[in-house]
Amino acid sequence: MGDRVRTFGDQVYSAMALPLLAIGLALIVGAIVIIATSALEPGAEIDFTLPFRAYGALFEGSLGSPNGRVSTLVQTAPLILAGLGIGLAFKAGLFNIGAQGQFLLGATAAIAAGVAVEGSGPFVAIPVAIAAGMVVGAIWGFIPGFLKAFSGAHEVVTTIMLNFIALALMSWLISGPLRLPRSPQPVTPTVEDAALPIMIGRDGHVGILIAFIAVPIIWFLLYRLTLGFEIRAVGANPEASRYAGMKPKRLVTLTMSLAGMLAGLAGTLNVLGINHQMNATFTTTVGFDAITVALLGRSHPVGIMLAALLFGMMRAGAGLMQIQAGVPAELVDLLQAVILLFLVASPVLRRVFRLRGVKSGLGTTDTMARTYGNEAIR
Amino acid sequence: MTDLPVIGVIIQLFQFLIDQLPFISDAAVAASIPIALAALAGVVSERSGVVNIGLEGMMLTAAFVAWITGVVAVGMLGPSQPTAVFGITLPLLIALGVAMLSGMVMAGLHAWLSISLRADQIISGVIINIAAIGLTGYLYTIISKNSPTGAGGFDSLDVPAAISGIPVIGWLINAIFDQGPIAIGAIILIIIVQVLLFRTRWGLRTRSVGEHPRAAETMGIDVIRLRYRNVILSGAIAALGGAYLSIELTTSFQAGMTAGRGFIGLAAMIVGRWSPLGAFGAALLFASSGAVGRAITFAAPENQLGDLLNSIPPQFYDALPYIVTIVVLAGIVGRSIPPAADGQPYERESAT
Repeated sequence: MGDRVRTFGDQVYSAMALPLLAIGLALIVGAIVIIATSALEPGAEIDFTLPFRAYGALFEGSLGSPNGRVSTLVQTAPLILAGLGIGLAFKAGLFNIGAQGQFLLGATAAIAAGVAVEGSGPFVAIPVAIAAGMVVGAIWGFIPGFLKAFSGAHEVVTTIMLNFIALALMSWLISGPLRLPRSPQPVTPTVEDAALPIMIGRDGHVGILIAFIAVPIIWFLLYRLTLGFEIRAVGANPEASRYAGMKPKRLVTLTMSLAGMLAGLAGTLNVLGINHQMNATFTTTVGFDAITVALLGRSHPVGIMLAALLFGMMRAGAGLMQIQAGVPAELVDLLQAVILLFLVASPVLRRVFRLRGVKSGLGTTDTMARTYGNEAIR
Repeated sequence: MTDLPVIGVIIQLFQFLIDQLPFISDAAVAASIPIALAALAGVVSERSGVVNIGLEGMMLTAAFVAWITGVVAVGMLGPSQPTAVFGITLPLLIALGVAMLSGMVMAGLHAWLSISLRADQIISGVIINIAAIGLTGYLYTIISKNSPTGAGGFDSLDVPAAISGIPVIGWLINAIFDQGPIAIGAIILIIIVQVLLFRTRWGLRTRSVGEHPRAAETMGIDVIRLRYRNVILSGAIAALGGAYLSIELTTSFQAGMTAGRGFIGLAAMIVGRWSPLGAFGAALLFASSGAVGRAITFAAPENQLGDLLNSIPPQFYDALPYIVTIVVLAGIVGRSIPPAADGQPYERESAT
């Protein structure tokens, strides 16, 4: 038994050593950038204590108070769901950069459905609104999946285009058909029945619970169901999986639809839980944060959950950091970029820090460029 | 409404397009330049076998660096008298040079990750993009608090009315030459690279490394070095497109101002079958859809066609370039064949 425990410990170490190292190094690089840019503020000197105050406020704002902790969970929930979607696509060898568009259109659809069934009570309105958001997210994932499978248009290009189209579509829907009559700004009506109940704190909505429940569900799908096995097989080698009798085209389309559905659900829960309405200029950082979350979590559901908690913390604490230390909230974007750079340069980290028996930084996602620009998957 | 409005509307559409041709073609060429430069950068990189999804990030970085260098240079050198043609000033030239260097640095990073470390080229490229968004967003937020004065931008060449008024071809001359120095330089560069790629030793070597690196190495070509050189060159070209956005098309930087042009450029490259001129043609097609949309929102004709066009929401025209890109891309991929070794990391045989 002792042996087995040590093996599990080894596995955890081997999976988490590089991500943790990347996070630590990114915080150091972030500190250097904060010091270097502290002199750019009008009439400021170089300030060596600023990183401590900034990271202190980041921690204070995310975990230091009950409100902060709830806020962390609120920020984490959409990152888990969208991250799971991107991770699922990674497993099939697909790069879903379209979570942003899927998130926004899912949220818009949920509000539209919520407004349509207003007055029918929460037991009808909430499921209907959630279903609408998931279906629309799935459609926005289906399009690039279908195009990839049947025409070969690479999903990285098509999902980016679809993000911009989603933005225009959302803006039109909210300033046109879905607009609250006689409102000065383009906003939708506020949903009452479809609003998610609050569990904890000021805005700790039920959606948080749904996001955490999705983690074991996706794990089960990936590692215990035939579908998950097929998804992983297609990602590892589409040719071989086809010879084994699987249908790569159908699987690619299905996986992208599922990924879109999860990102759509992320947007749905976010907007039904917090805003209860959409405005035409609604923006989010979830789409790109979730890519980092999926890569940092090595596409494993548990890893994604942990990475989402980290970024949920950062997003929750960024406001206080900006107020207390005067460091812009965009620092989180910077940290995210540096973490990713260290992850992709993991062979160098392994050499420099003499790490042995450690898995590579990005997991099983290094077979993507092979299908680039190629003819359709057969 | 008449009984047979369709034919009438189609006739009106042609009339409208011909009326607006000078405006549309001019705007289309201007809008196609960053897309064409991104596509050209993609051609240079991918012909040697390295996928460069990071073009968008390289452009964004260069757009930011061009603007901020202009700010610093104007602060240090003071305002200077722009030249009569193109409005060139010393700060602007410095800004352009430093921007191209920044693009080469970003491309160097991509080259190191994807060629030396043999990381997945798509992941490496996407990470370059996210890094560029994070870096420029953070720095821009800090710097823009001071609302600094930039170096302005290059001017367009004024085509004399006598030439632009020439019937039949006047509008074409106007469209190509009523542009700034980067745009005109870009068009020349596209033609030069087209010749270099298919008529010179460098071109033959690049293509052979992209098709069959093992065979190329056997013939004595240093695959790794050639790929490094091409990827870094592609960064410089993409940077030109980025600088065009912040010191020629406009005069300042906006967060995320590349707005997917790097990716549209990649699509243009695929549609143009990995050739510079073909990619330029595709870039013109994608840019025209946006220009037509703008012509409609500014000056819709006052007839049935105008009523029809006005009833379409303006957001549709915003999305039009992206929609056209997806539709054309989906229709053409599969019939457009990439270099055989595109996206494959290369490992020397002797290295084992």
